[in-house]
Amino acid sequence: MTSPSPTRHSWYEESARGRLAHLLDPGSFTEFLGPERREFSPHLGLFNLPHQLDDGIIVGNGKLDGRPVLAAAQEGRFMGGAIGEVHGAKLTGLLRAARQMKRDVVILFDTGGVRLQEANAGELAISEIIRATLETRAEGVRVIGLLGGRAGCYGGGSLIAGCCSALVISEQGRLSVSGPEVIETNKGVEEFDSRDRALVWRTMGGKHRYLIGGVDLFVDDDVAAFRAGAVAALERPAALNQAVLAAEQARLERRLARFGDAADGAEVWARLGVPHPATVPDLDTSAFLTIATSKREGADAAR
Amino acid sequence: MRPVDILSSLFPAGHQVTEAGGLLSGNGRLDPQITVDVVGISGKTYPGVDEALALAGRILSIADRPDPAPLLFLVDSGSQRMSRRDELMGLSETLAHLAKALWRAEQAGHRTIGLLYGGSAAGAFIATALACGSLVALPGAWPEVMDLPSMARVTKLSLDVLKEKAAGTPVFAPGLDNLFATGAIAEIWDPARPLCDQLKALLAATRDDDGRAGWGLERGGRVKAAAIAQEVQRLALAHG
Repeated sequence: MTSPSPTRHSWYEESARGRLAHLLDPGSFTEFLGPERREFSPHLGLFNLPHQLDDGIIVGNGKLDGRPVLAAAQEGRFMGGAIGEVHGAKLTGLLRAARQMKRDVVILFDTGGVRLQEANAGELAISEIIRATLETRAEGVRVIGLLGGRAGCYGGGSLIAGCCSALVISEQGRLSVSGPEVIETNKGVEEFDSRDRALVWRTMGGKHRYLIGGVDLFVDDDVAAFRAGAVAALERPAALNQAVLAAEQARLERRLARFGDAADGAEVWARLGVPHPATVPDLDTSAFLTIATSKREGADAAR
Repeated sequence: MRPVDILSSLFPAGHQVTEAGGLLSGNGRLDPQITVDVVGISGKTYPGVDEALALAGRILSIADRPDPAPLLFLVDSGSQRMSRRDELMGLSETLAHLAKALWRAEQAGHRTIGLLYGGSAAGAFIATALACGSLVALPGAWPEVMDLPSMARVTKLSLDVLKEKAAGTPVFAPGLDNLFATGAIAEIWDPARPLCDQLKALLAATRDDDGRAGWGLERGGRVKAAAIAQEVQRLALAHG
């Protein structure tokens, strides 16, 4: 939301705890079931892998611009932020509390998806998180997602993000189900060359997601910008009902009709009327937003 | 069981369910009073943006109807389609939208029953079978998050070592028994008995809130999840 400044402090480079500290009002955060409770994964030992005392997710409550919120932050540096039994259950519990308390939730995504060493428990945890998210939203509670972490937001994590009421992304944020390496491994390098970083950004990066209306707000890779984005996202509509889902159906059908045969992100942007689409990856945030604001497909609160 | 046998066992009074492009659509009569809407993915189809959106559109139109007809979702899929185009078009949004449509149908008074009779994996499994209000399976179903050879590649462990580890825990290896033990599946139906009776019994029982972590605890396949979620919930409420 702001231009890069000398005081810029990268969200991408921060740890989960560091992001929470910068996102929330100073001193307002209280963690639930923190590392001192030693609730780590019971499954990683089987694979001789080290555990982490918080299982790679921090959950708690705090204030955002004076407003009470529940918050969860995934740590992409522990097993790529992957979701296992304990990690997932902490988020499910937080969302169920949010429903009862009618309190908005902020999720700081940083995840490759299901943790394979506990794949069945992780897969099921994601399904439980999705159900808890939707039941919470049905009560008029906002669940907003912040996407700018180093592990991206992949696999089942991207489906959870798709159930949020609003999403905030940075250029570095990547949002997709199958990651580049997964597509390449399964379908070949001709389908997706995972080493082609420019292709990754054009297909699943923050600018593309913002331009096609897959997210609501685009911000700089900066902790203060994410904080401002989160505050703005908390002002967006909270409803989840038949009308919202019918609007989402129409929005996604329109996207496929308009862009479904495009071969590349740049072709999608050209059809949106973005001038010089090939230069979009080079634009700084303010130049990008100037163009994107008038040309992008809106999300129209339809998610 | 093949879809044709499943449908005739479910709907002895007849059905109009057709398949096109790997998707099932139609309805059947459970008895003279109860009509059941049917959707599905068959033939190990990998759902991409087109399939997910087609399914969601049908499910939302059912959700919008005032009657309380149950919705049966037959599942024999692959994982989500892995392609550049699907991700370019926002597959994560589309699969999430499908999960939301199923949730909406349940909320609008249509029981949503997933019937897993074949494969399903990864994101496709989350957005279809696991997104139904109740999930049942037939023997021979093969749900998986990732197949063991791929898992061996990612974890850098040999297939033999993985198989040995899988014998001691249901927590990571593919297969119906493992998913059942973790609480993903309410019941495994008996193909030797009429499926219509088993569906009627399921519909007669009221569906509670998401109790899957409790089943995981009872069945010994996922023993921490329920307590962890409850403890976080308790702490949040206690803290105000």
